[in-house]
Amino acid sequence: MSLTASSKVVTANDLRSGEVLYLRFPHSWTPELAKASVIKDSDLAKASLAFAQGQPNAVVGAYLSDVIDEIDGPKASHFRETFRSTGPSNYRHGKQEV
Amino acid sequence: MYEYSSFDHEFIAERVTQFRAQVARRLDGSLTEDEFKPLRLMNGLYLQLHAYMLRVAIPYGTLNSRQMRQLAMIAERWDKGYGHFTTRQNIQFNWPKLEDVPSILQALADVEMHAIQTSGNTVRNVTADHFAGAAADELADPRPIAELIRQWSTDHPEFQFLPRKFKIAVTGSPNDRAVTRAHDIGLRMIVQDGLRGFEVIVGGGLGRTPMIGKTLSPFVPLDDLLPYLEAVVSTYNLLGRRDNKYKARIKMTTHEHGIEEIKQRVEAQFAKIKPRFAGADLQLLKDIEQHFAPPKFKPLIAQVEADSAPAQTPVFRAWLDTNITAHKAPGYAIVSVSLKKPGATPGDASAAQMRALAKIARNFGHDELRISHEQNVILPHVHRADLPQVFQALRQADLAAANIGLVSDIIACPGMDYCALATARSIPVAQQIATRFQALKLEHDIGPLKLKISGCINACGHHHVGHIGILGLEKAGVESYQITLGGDATTEAEIGTRAGPGFGADEILPAIERLLLGYLKLRLDRHESFLEAYRRLGLVPFKALLYPQTRKAA
Ligand code: HEM
Ligand code: SF4
Repeated sequence: MSLTASSKVVTANDLRSGEVLYLRFPHSWTPELAKASVIKDSDLAKASLAFAQGQPNAVVGAYLSDVIDEIDGPKASHFRETFRSTGPSNYRHGKQEV
Repeated sequence: MYEYSSFDHEFIAERVTQFRAQVARRLDGSLTEDEFKPLRLMNGLYLQLHAYMLRVAIPYGTLNSRQMRQLAMIAERWDKGYGHFTTRQNIQFNWPKLEDVPSILQALADVEMHAIQTSGNTVRNVTADHFAGAAADELADPRPIAELIRQWSTDHPEFQFLPRKFKIAVTGSPNDRAVTRAHDIGLRMIVQDGLRGFEVIVGGGLGRTPMIGKTLSPFVPLDDLLPYLEAVVSTYNLLGRRDNKYKARIKMTTHEHGIEEIKQRVEAQFAKIKPRFAGADLQLLKDIEQHFAPPKFKPLIAQVEADSAPAQTPVFRAWLDTNITAHKAPGYAIVSVSLKKPGATPGDASAAQMRALAKIARNFGHDELRISHEQNVILPHVHRADLPQVFQALRQADLAAANIGLVSDIIACPGMDYCALATARSIPVAQQIATRFQALKLEHDIGPLKLKISGCINACGHHHVGHIGILGLEKAGVESYQITLGGDATTEAEIGTRAGPGFGADEILPAIERLLLGYLKLRLDRHESFLEAYRRLGLVPFKALLYPQTRKAA
């Protein structure tokens, strides 16, 4: 077992809607970054990514994304990932819709 | 306008049926994403940051009211009630669901529209002057040529796998409004000794390596145009690099081989293939031209001329000043409808606005609409007597912003709010600048200004040819905005010069404000535009406005 350089989550887009999703252990996808499972072990990271890539009928373009692990859940560490987790800034569309 | 032939109908219908089957096979798992991706791209379907995006071609920017209403219907039924008009005379829907896309394509086909060749290494949607068929300064309507090129290039067996995408723009006016020098091929109509033809420009393009196109031939007579274009595209198909996508566009081919070699090869190829065309293309052009016959213009009614109406309000006057362009028919005007109300997303129109535009076009505009590369909507044929009513109807639809050609008439690409390739956001930058200058009430004082914003080096927002260009990049983990100055998209096309280091997201608005307030002091008088002042004075004084600290330190 070895630690990853930083905390990570697995993210992808929903095949049907394109919505940004995050892997939540053991086998589900959540649209909320705060509910994603945080991964710190590199073998687990590899296995989780492989699991995601093995679900081509559910998600598209899975990859590992860096996060900062905070008490109320993971936060994206790059602004692109922050925008992916929140949605566009010009309308309250996507994840901002209630 | 051009109507589909039965061949077009069958071709489009077959493509929709094919795609429906492909989507079904993707959803049930029999196609992998790797297999499916090229198929969806062929139908204009991208996967963006938060959703799929469907790009629909609006050939040479021309729509009728029925088509506009259908776009509204699609926006409401399958998207979030709006669409985004782009610099490529396309409309993009930002939120379609994969399983709905075949039905959307069917709904488009019902009104003779499609999303074919809006992606991939093919000849893309041919763009044209958005005032085509209406402008007082034009020699002839360039759209029949654009349509001829569309028919020739759509599904052309030899040109489905070019080294890279290929964009063609056409203008029929000596005042270039189609940015012909920033396209792979730009065509500018010329009349020589009574003979119609085109200056053929190649190798223009923006993106990573911006280049202004070079004249390949100063005059190709109309009779030779299609074989000549075929010679250019097949020369490129042979010479263009396929090993490196950044060197694959014809601008790089032209740069690497030199315009002289390209010219020789094109001419040799032209001589070879010209006999094959045997005039069939010209017959086709004649048929097409009939579909572009101008509408039956109403006579001039002197009494009710909008300009002489006594009850003009100042808002109406202001709108007339900025949003009206001279028409070729007496008594008529071209109306530019701004999709840039300060604070709004440049290029976005709601379904209700699309319907309002369709209705105005039908009642007052000979049923014609155009989409401009500047992300506005044009009503090309409005009788001046109807202008007050048109203005009222636009006001009711919240479409009466009087800012065409001013600082808030900003081109902005979707940037990181939607685009998967973006390195920074563009929409909020546009919103901030437009809102700020409206509040300062300085727009009219500043006068003609082209401000263009791209969210990455691909330059979809044309920033290189903006008088002021803004390019969103990433620097050290945050958004950073680089300013270029002195670009020009018109007949004297020019690539702007980088002014210096980038500005952070909270520094870009103050920087633009310093620049424009400073320009008001630098100009000779109010007739000297920003671009003219820049050309007279050069970069130095403008750079000092952008970077005051450095000047103090020096
Ligand atoms: C959101 C999805 C989009 C993607 C993935 C995309 C992708 C690209 C890419 C990769 C290039 C560079 C091509 C090259 O240099 O070979 C490019 C260029 C361009 N795009 Fe887009 N684009 C998108 C949206 C748009 C939009 C919304 C517009 C219009 C506002 C637009 C207009 C253009 C134009 C005018 C160029 C020309 C620059 C040139 O000459 O290469 N694109 N685009
Ligand atoms: S310029 Fe970049 S960010 Fe903007 S639309 Fe084009 S590819 Fe996307």
